[in-house]
Amino acid sequence: MNFGFSEEQELLRAEVRKFLDQNCSLDEVRKIAEKPEGFDRHLWGRMAELGWVGLTFPEAYGGVGLGWVDLVVVLEETGRSLFPSPLISTVLAGTAIERAGSDAQKERHLPGLADGSVVGAFALVEDADSLDADGIALRGARDGDAVRLEGEKLFVPDAPDADLLVVAFRSGDAVDSISLGIVERGAPGLSIDLLPGMDETKPTGRVRFDGVTLQSDAILGPVGGAWPLVSHLIDCGATAVTAELVGTVEGLHALTVDYAKQRIQFDKPIGQFQGVKHPLASAFVDIESFKSLCYYAAWQLDEDPAVASLAASRAKAYASEAAPRFGVDAIQLHGGIGYTWEYDAHLYLKRAKWARPAFGDADHHLERIASLGGL
Amino acid sequence: MDFNLSPDEEAFRQEVRTFLAENLGEGERDMATIAGFQKKVREKRWVGFSWPKEYGGGGGSIMEQVILKEEMAKAKAPPLGTCFMGLAWVGPAIIEYGTPEQKKKFIPDILDGAYQWCTGYSEPASGSDLASLSCRCEREGDTYVVNGQKIWTSIAMWSNWIILLVRTQTEVKSKHDGITCLLVPMDTKGITVRPIKNMAGGAIFAEVFFDDVRVPVENRLGEEGQGWGVTVSALAHERSSIAEVHGLSRILDDVKDLARRCRKNGRPAAENAGIRRRIARAEMRIEAMRLNGLRFLTKQLRGEKLGSETSINKLHRAELEVELGELALEIQGSRGPLWQGSDVVPDDGRWQRYALSWPEVVIGGGTPNIQKNIIAERVLGLPKD
Ligand SMILES: Cc1cc2nc3c(=O)[nH]c(=O)nc-3n(C[C@H](O)[C@H](O)[C@H](O)COP(=O)(O)OP(=O)(O)OC[C@H]3O[C@@H](n4cnc5c(N)ncnc54)[C@H](O)[C@@H]3O)c2cc1C
Repeated sequence: MNFGFSEEQELLRAEVRKFLDQNCSLDEVRKIAEKPEGFDRHLWGRMAELGWVGLTFPEAYGGVGLGWVDLVVVLEETGRSLFPSPLISTVLAGTAIERAGSDAQKERHLPGLADGSVVGAFALVEDADSLDADGIALRGARDGDAVRLEGEKLFVPDAPDADLLVVAFRSGDAVDSISLGIVERGAPGLSIDLLPGMDETKPTGRVRFDGVTLQSDAILGPVGGAWPLVSHLIDCGATAVTAELVGTVEGLHALTVDYAKQRIQFDKPIGQFQGVKHPLASAFVDIESFKSLCYYAAWQLDEDPAVASLAASRAKAYASEAAPRFGVDAIQLHGGIGYTWEYDAHLYLKRAKWARPAFGDADHHLERIASLGGL
Repeated sequence: MDFNLSPDEEAFRQEVRTFLAENLGEGERDMATIAGFQKKVREKRWVGFSWPKEYGGGGGSIMEQVILKEEMAKAKAPPLGTCFMGLAWVGPAIIEYGTPEQKKKFIPDILDGAYQWCTGYSEPASGSDLASLSCRCEREGDTYVVNGQKIWTSIAMWSNWIILLVRTQTEVKSKHDGITCLLVPMDTKGITVRPIKNMAGGAIFAEVFFDDVRVPVENRLGEEGQGWGVTVSALAHERSSIAEVHGLSRILDDVKDLARRCRKNGRPAAENAGIRRRIARAEMRIEAMRLNGLRFLTKQLRGEKLGSETSINKLHRAELEVELGELALEIQGSRGPLWQGSDVVPDDGRWQRYALSWPEVVIGGGTPNIQKNIIAERVLGLPKD
């Protein structure tokens, strides 16, 4: 039994943190967020060179061949520094291809995703705003060996910057009619636009499919058999978002604890008042707890993905409630300065709000915990 | 990161499971079975399993202790040994600070469960601020003379001995100095025990009065004036929260079962969205407690000292004990406020009694406010208030 990271993983954490500290201060984050492209291609490329984008992809396809526990280390740090990047989306697109793709599909797409030249996205949710199979309405009509997509995806993380989209669609009414396809930027009939969001470090898009044609070599795995994989990708996404939240909320917590030690009112540091110190202690309890749940979910994704859903749901449910709650508390504990655009606290608060519904909010995951737990 | 057990650990788990299957069986257990079980676990040295072998303990490794506790909890086994406070903190304190004579006199009895110990720390004016205690103690030659009062002393009326904190010095720089720890027979002349009835109607704790109670100096544990250190280090022996986690899981399973049986607005409560969510949230937090415990355990296994992080799980547990009781009553709707004896109350009022028992955990073990202070001051480094 060992519930800790290895020396190599601690080293990886130190490297990622150093890289981000040197290259991506919060001032830099603000600058990147203001650009039309939601991230910095140069920095992204350097990260990919260091192996952090293709960390979990097989070595044969340009990856590093490590697991989710390792990836969580990277994500915690990107979350802590609010680094704007399509890391989670690219990993999910790559994971889909790695799990269900043919050798030719892997050969064709994974090296580009791993080396940072191709940005991936996973297009799942639609107007119904549901993560269940029946939330997928996008139709794929048979057209010989090909499939024609008609419909729309919403709230797709990193879609505005994506070069390659893994898209979930259905060809019938049953759960076993869900498939995954690969659509590349520039495909006729494909249009992507930005849905302006509160958190400018997480560009989100609408993707329209007006008769986009998927040739058979763009369909991942057997037609209609993709729901178990989609479900796995949701577990991966929920775990990844939670891992970033661990870092994000720790970052905000550190900022707030620091402020509480320095800000003097009534001749004392405000951190001496229990009205200040107790919410900070409670937030610490929450962070450590969803951290534990998140690490375990990551370990399960590596060890036995088939049973990882419960672990992923527990982690995301906890984080989805605790992170936005502390976002609000942290602003309040800062007083007026916390409400300003110039002070950084709101950057974290907005990230927590972005993360709340991503791959399922607390409501969704609590219900899943209840039903997986036999209720 | 690896949650699997090593082959040796797995073998130990099997040994425990086999033992439990052979000696406890399923379902209701009669007194004879439990007595036989206690005798056998004592022979296996699973009572005081973490204590050094030279004192009659089991010398179990940290991991083996965890496995043993976990399997015991899963099998709903009775506690290992019957001298609860003796095993929890009096014994560890004696092992650490006791004289050879004290060890010989007390340790075997604690392991055998020969009699009960109680804990005389809290006083009417000293609860959370325990170090302010003022129970007076003067030395007359080879004898200490104690005058004062203790309160909330659990099981005082059924105990043969009390571990007592008294003040031997009043002029001190820090209130933590000048406190002395004594081991006192409860039948000593001058001790009066007055049970206190709690809100659930039972009387488990008591006031204990000391009126010129004479205690031989050889019954002092540790140095005179150093009693605070003795207590603090003994309480630190409460380690991982593994047993508590399994206890809570069992209660949660029963709450789920209750939700399937009770009806709300004509439908099973288990179908009610609000109830489902609260059950799921409790389940999520119990799992967080389990994993936090394993994370702290890993630190211990790596030879790091545990700081005040254990307050994290104390806070979870305090909230869960309250929440599970409240949830059980809400699931019962109009039956919730009934009491045992009504023929329509589920499970003969078990949940009503449970819903009135949380103070044992929430107040008895250091209140949530105090746990938050500990985290804020010792982990986050915020100024003391
Ligand atoms: C069931 C039960 C069994 C017990 N068994 C024993 C036993 O066997 N032996 C023994 O010695 N004691 C025992 N106790 C006593 C227990 O340790 C005390 O009740 C506990 O330490 C709290 O002290 P108090 O009751 O005096 O409350 P107080 O300390 O007066 O606290 C009252 C309220 O004030 C709050 N408070 C106090 N100080 C602060 C602060 N600095 N900051 C913020 N809030 C504060 C507390 O959180 C609490 O809400 C038992 C208690 C219970 C309920």
